[in-house]
Amino acid sequence: MVSIVAVVSIGATLLGLLETGPQYGYSLKKSYDAHFGRDRPLDYGQVYATLSRLLRAGLVESGGVEPGGGPSRRRYAITEAGVTDVDRWLSTPEEPAPYLQNALYTKLVLALLSHRPAQELLDRQRAAHLAAMRELTARKRSGDLADQLICDHALFHLEADLRWLELAAARVDRLAAAVTPR
Amino acid sequence: MTDPTTGPVLTGIDLHKAFGATAALRGASLTVRAGEVVAVMGPSGSGKSTLLHCLAGILRPDAGLVRYRDVDVTGLSDAGRSALRRRDFGFVFQFGQLVPELTCLQNVALPLRLARTGRREAERAAAEWLERLDVADVAGKRPGETSGGQGQRVAVARALVGRPSVVFADEPTGALDSLNGERVMELLVEVARESGAAVVLVTHEPRVAAYADREVVVRDGRSRDLEPVT
Repeated sequence: MVSIVAVVSIGATLLGLLETGPQYGYSLKKSYDAHFGRDRPLDYGQVYATLSRLLRAGLVESGGVEPGGGPSRRRYAITEAGVTDVDRWLSTPEEPAPYLQNALYTKLVLALLSHRPAQELLDRQRAAHLAAMRELTARKRSGDLADQLICDHALFHLEADLRWLELAAARVDRLAAAVTPR
Repeated sequence: MTDPTTGPVLTGIDLHKAFGATAALRGASLTVRAGEVVAVMGPSGSGKSTLLHCLAGILRPDAGLVRYRDVDVTGLSDAGRSALRRRDFGFVFQFGQLVPELTCLQNVALPLRLARTGRREAERAAAEWLERLDVADVAGKRPGETSGGQGQRVAVARALVGRPSVVFADEPTGALDSLNGERVMELLVEVARESGAAVVLVTHEPRVAAYADREVVVRDGRSRDLEPVT
């Protein structure tokens, strides 16, 4: 089963959700899971640890605890500093990742250096990537628009890897000559 | 006898084909089981389209064997291969290759008309297929009056109208944008599965190949079967 997990700051995401209105910890977790946690829902522990950190940083404030309630009945609201933080985060483009160090390239070079069959390594990786793409494509076809967009994002990245694998396969002999000692 | 529902429907064994001094296929093999979708991938010039043309009986390989059910396709005459293509195979190419003078409805009805089905019956079936592919509204238009995506869906309807056992699709989304390409692939795979046709899909796009059940890679005229990782 392919799992799509966003590599995004949980704190920034919870802050962004709180900007739509104050929420209890419990409903905040539900809201996060509905939008972003389809593949990995948040733990309650993570939610409360993150909220405490945001409280300490003055980015959220607590509206007190409802009578008879535990920590889940504490209501949280974003502060002005929190809104500024969200604004800064959303308006800053994500750094396009350089991808200059990656496991695929490392494994390929090590296979060539140790005279293992590099083409087989590339083919196995290719089969694994395409199997994941098949699974995501099937999921996309039965999913709603949100699911389709999440799957598309993953599919485009896997496709980029596959294109690289194809290119590497076509150049594997030249790479072998370049990396192995004469 | 092979099982007609799950056994091999089409097999190419150790196929060789050269064009002049250039060897396009150098021992490619491929088995297609009934009803499955197989993606044939590989870099440009790797021989994947030549492999498709040999399997479909468009080209005769210089050596090797192509077997469709119990028929030795390589042993058939040109006329015999033509008849087989008309009767049992469907085709979708990168550019729909629809007849520009005919309406979309007439284009889809054409394979049936060539198989001597009456005009009324052929056009009734064609209209049903256009409906299934969500392009009923272009029935009266000529191909030049449709968008690229609509034209390819008409081409898919034409490929399937004769209830082929195998559909050969050579870069069927190559001229389309992502969204239209995906719509064509979804429909192609869906209608092929519903009608039990196998699909041999030549593509260089991994996202298109991901609609297939498995992948065969062609490199330097040789094929390599990559079974899905489970």
